[in-house]
Amino acid sequence: MGFFSRKRSASSAKERLQLVLVHDRTDLTPSQLKSLKNDLLKAISKYIEIDPDAVQIEIEHEGREQRLVADIPLRNATRGK
Amino acid sequence: MTAQVITITSGKGGVGKTTAVANLANALAIDGKKVVCIDGDIGLRNLDVVMGLENRIVYDIVDVIEGRCKLKQAMIRDKHYPNMHLIPAAQTRDKNAVSPSDMVRICKELRGDSDFIIIDSPAGIERGFRNAIAPADRVLVVTNPEVSAVRDADRVVGILEAEEKENTALILNRLNPTLVKNNDMLSAEDVLDLLGIQLIGVVPEDESVLIGSNRGAPVVTDAKSRAGQAFRNIAKRIQGQDIPFMDLDQQNGLWGAIQRLTGRK
Ligand SMILES: Nc1ncnc2c1ncn2[C@@H]1O[C@H](COP(=O)(O)OP(=O)(O)O)[C@@H](O)[C@H]1O
Ligand SMILES: [Mg+2]
Repeated sequence: MGFFSRKRSASSAKERLQLVLVHDRTDLTPSQLKSLKNDLLKAISKYIEIDPDAVQIEIEHEGREQRLVADIPLRNATRGK
Repeated sequence: MTAQVITITSGKGGVGKTTAVANLANALAIDGKKVVCIDGDIGLRNLDVVMGLENRIVYDIVDVIEGRCKLKQAMIRDKHYPNMHLIPAAQTRDKNAVSPSDMVRICKELRGDSDFIIIDSPAGIERGFRNAIAPADRVLVVTNPEVSAVRDADRVVGILEAEEKENTALILNRLNPTLVKNNDMLSAEDVLDLLGIQLIGVVPEDESVLIGSNRGAPVVTDAKSRAGQAFRNIAKRIQGQDIPFMDLDQQNGLWGAIQRLTGRK
């Protein structure tokens, strides 16, 4: 790959830092975060039907504040199926 | 008068803490302030050579703590600015010779007779760092636009938050505007967005910093140096003045001319 066609590195530095800071700040490893998501989905599925593939659970940050944001589309109940 | 205690720290080593302390102290002294610098890097004394005062050391901070001398005797007067003093670190001891309460006590004694006390923190987040931040009214975190330095800075900012230190601000050092423009270096905006703290200054990568520390004469005393200008601006902001941020993109000199000629600007 030539000098001018190489992918610019600043954006990968920023993306990698975003991920690493989430884990540093929450003290959660990526695999712990994954099991947290799975446990959440399991708990919710006990009560309502959801499509696991449509679920989005992310840690978002604004300034130094972080929040766990879950977007969980619900399936309409189809009675008497 | 009652001094403001400012601690310069970073997490990662080698990002420019000692350089920042020496330059900010000189800039404040040039502005007529009474300044005392404390080298908090016990065992790895450096501020003395960066400030060009290594030949004047008789006593150090551990001598003060262990009662071998009076605080005044360990204060080395600067060669050019009689209103600036350095309290050197001990070179042959370790960090455990000093405690956070020792630092608080020493600063308390100094406060009444100075405008600013500037503490050079060691790298890391252990005892030496704890000692350095204990008496701080304000902490300035130095980082470089680089993944591991920013990560470590974030750790430090998190600890300062937990310690309820207020008004923590960032010095982004060694920024290379050409690399930023080519998208090969994190920009100041990127770093601020990641760290979520206020900015007090951006210092460009500048070879005059090395030349200054070779001579033991910090670059703020060099009117032409870009890094020197950046440190002078930070010193003004520390004093509460509202100084606009420098346009680091402005391409001066030969390198700028070459870039314009080759159309890379
Ligand atoms: N803005 C800069 N431009 C060029 N070199 C720099 C700059 N800031 C610091 N340096 C160099 O980086 C090295 C490490 O700086 P130093 O202040 O000793 O870091 P720290 O105290 O954080 O370990 C020194 O050689 C110094 O001259
Ligand atoms: Mg140092």
